[in-house]
Amino acid sequence: EISAPWTFHNLQELRHSASLANKVFLQRDYSDGTTCRFQTKFPSELESRIERPLFEDTVKRLNIYYAEAEKMGGQSYLEGCLACATAYLIFLCMETRYEKVLKKIGRYIQEQNEKIYAPRGLLITDPIERGMRVIEISIYEDRGSSGSCSGSSSTSGSSAR
Amino acid sequence: MKHCEYQQIDPQALSTPTPTLPPQHAVVQEEKKGETARRKWEDFPGKNRFYCDGRIIVAQQSGVLPLTLGLILVTTVLFFVFDCPFLLKHLTVFIPAIGGVLFVFVVISLLQTSFTDPGILPRATPDEAADIEKQIDNSGSSTYRPPPRTKEVMINQQVVKLKYCFTCKMFRPPRTSHCSLCDNCVERFDHHCPWVGNCVGKRNYRFFYTFIVSLSFLTVFIFGCVATHLALRAQGGRGLMFALQESPLVICFFSVWSILGLSGFHTYLVASNLTTNEDIKGSWSGKSGTEDTGNPYSYNNIITNCCSVLCGPMPPSLIDRRGFMPVEESSQTVATEIELAAKNEINVVGGPTPSQLPPCALQVPPSPIPLPFSLTAVALSNRSD
Repeated sequence: EISAPWTFHNLQELRHSASLANKVFLQRDYSDGTTCRFQTKFPSELESRIERPLFEDTVKRLNIYYAEAEKMGGQSYLEGCLACATAYLIFLCMETRYEKVLKKIGRYIQEQNEKIYAPRGLLITDPIERGMRVIEISIYEDRGSSGSCSGSSSTSGSSAR
Repeated sequence: MKHCEYQQIDPQALSTPTPTLPPQHAVVQEEKKGETARRKWEDFPGKNRFYCDGRIIVAQQSGVLPLTLGLILVTTVLFFVFDCPFLLKHLTVFIPAIGGVLFVFVVISLLQTSFTDPGILPRATPDEAADIEKQIDNSGSSTYRPPPRTKEVMINQQVVKLKYCFTCKMFRPPRTSHCSLCDNCVERFDHHCPWVGNCVGKRNYRFFYTFIVSLSFLTVFIFGCVATHLALRAQGGRGLMFALQESPLVICFFSVWSILGLSGFHTYLVASNLTTNEDIKGSWSGKSGTEDTGNPYSYNNIITNCCSVLCGPMPPSLIDRRGFMPVEESSQTVATEIELAAKNEINVVGGPTPSQLPPCALQVPPSPIPLPFSLTAVALSNRSD
């Protein structure tokens, strides 16, 4: 187990009592063309913060979700043909499959942040907020002077959402 | 001792990402009333224009779009007024019906091409740009220096050069190009179409293709109907000169060739999964002399190419124009604007008295510490005198 020089945070405390130290950017992996994939290379700045398998697991799962969103198969062709037949007006009222998967990705990232990353002082930004160019991981340092985080804060993601 | 006008920070308010500025920023709100909830399109860095509160996006110059719409409308209306009654009587009722359906299709796809985000890439955030600069500096230390600001990637076992965009401060993804008219990087950039008044890119290429194909059908249809009308009338003995006053025929005659040609060209592009930009530049035609240049994005199957371009999943808009500005960014913008406002608009009616505004610039911390700390810390330090 990695020894933790930082106190455990949940998401509220992270923003409340920690200050941003650094940001790491995971760039896109274009080896497969223009489909959305991110590099799974483990950044050196995170070596002391999070276990490598956990991190790689998150990125691989995100890649799987993006591949699912952009998958060309029966359902997407059906959606495309139906849209063409209605002069694409159907996009005004229907949520596309891509958007549905993006919402799933948003929920997944939030869950990962609450369960795994915030307790380690890290925060993942949804790539859609960065134009799908990068996965931005913010590294927070504990301020140490705030009285609320005295080491006994909850590690489970009990967010007041 | 001045009266402090900020409220106690509520920790619960921090947990939920509120889209608008939380009420504790009374300091900011005092000076900038009416600017609390800004949508992202209001601060969009490109040259596009927005209507309907960000729902509609067009290029800076609407170009010839009104002319395009006008021509289509005039031709079709003249067709309906002059030719349809005759053809309805002498041929079939389907003629105006088909004409009507085609016309509706054309107009809808034209408007969608014009008003849809073509696939604009938002510019890199300052942190991202700094990170990329660092990587460029680090990588330039080897003995062979590649030309500055390009990166090579392998796509389907082929080397593709990615260029760095100085305006957007990022390496452009493959097939992305920067449109100088709109001042944006657009994904899968095809071309900037003045007839449509917008760029044609990844998100609206299918609308554009539908538009030109249905327009081809419409012009050919009108051309055919009018020619039939003339032929029938000429048989009836009326003068050909009278019939040749039919302007739908004239307009259609000149436009049908160019539109048919354009449709044919774009059908070729769709079938080989190319963009106009790549075709014109000859990116994959082997001009560079190396052997294995071919289009790395093509599936080498016409049907698959067509399906992927026209029926693929519809990617979302990346610029999120109707989203609200995030709290840190908008307050940083507002904070620097306060500095300017303090110098220029001290006499604004209803604003704070000049004595309340700090004479020197508010020091906004460079790192994006969560807002309440930065702004209230600043407010405290400026007021404790």
